[in-house]
Amino acid sequence: MEQFFFYMFAIAAVVSAVLVISVRNPVHSAFYLIVCFLQVAAIYILLRSPFLAAVQLFIYVGAIMVLFLFAVLVLDIGREQFRERFHGQTVPALAAIAGLFVVMGILVVSGKITAPLGPFDEPALMKNTEVIGKSLYTSYIFPFEIVSILLLIALIGAVVLVMSGQGKENKG
Amino acid sequence: MLFSYLPILVMIGIATVMAIGALFMSFVFRPSNPYREKLSPWECGMEPVGDANTGHFRVHFFIIAILFIVFDVETLFLFPWAVILSEKALSAFIFVEMVVFIAILAVGLIYAWVKGALEWV
Repeated sequence: MEQFFFYMFAIAAVVSAVLVISVRNPVHSAFYLIVCFLQVAAIYILLRSPFLAAVQLFIYVGAIMVLFLFAVLVLDIGREQFRERFHGQTVPALAAIAGLFVVMGILVVSGKITAPLGPFDEPALMKNTEVIGKSLYTSYIFPFEIVSILLLIALIGAVVLVMSGQGKENKG
Repeated sequence: MLFSYLPILVMIGIATVMAIGALFMSFVFRPSNPYREKLSPWECGMEPVGDANTGHFRVHFFIIAILFIVFDVETLFLFPWAVILSEKALSAFIFVEMVVFIAILAVGLIYAWVKGALEWV
């Protein structure tokens, strides 16, 4: 049952990832990227990491996608530039993909790549978020507070950049 | 444990089916009668000049985006915090810790506010 859901999310993720690079309109590919990120979040839940799934939803689907869409809107990307997206690299790219696929297949079949749940049973895995919280807010308290300083620097930097640009605009 | 996530999947499925169904049903039943004036972005007023996707967007949106990202990350850190807040031995300590975290970020919000970055000119 779990495997069925895994294949469902994995196939949807791969299909939407292929659509991201094959649709012409950059805004459409951004939306397909959202679909891909959502599938990855679902796979994290299947891997018993609900906090990682929340991170995926909040940071990637929320924040990173806002930045992507912002870049697409601001950077003046017309549809014309996307016509030359293959650059004659199709054959080497396909060869590289086939090679990687064969290597991955050999490793998976020979059992060199496995993803066991580890020495934890289901109840221990359920406490996942609590374990993260406990170590984040006790042992790693200093890096945690540094994060807020970093975010503050990013915010002030953005305000300074935008406001100074606007000042010039108004004068000129 | 995984079964507790099943309602979320069912809800996403129902929402997707309803959205696609609404679009499909209106595609089936609507009259199709396009002409140039109806398809123009504004039926009255100025003729639009140029494409919408050629970068005519205010850089001011960036401030809103950065504010959203900063407070998005802050909200994310509230999740593991809220889960362990019920522990008596830790709660006072981590409560103060989170207040400090939010206070530092509030400085950024007040700075953006005072600088007038939140005003839409």
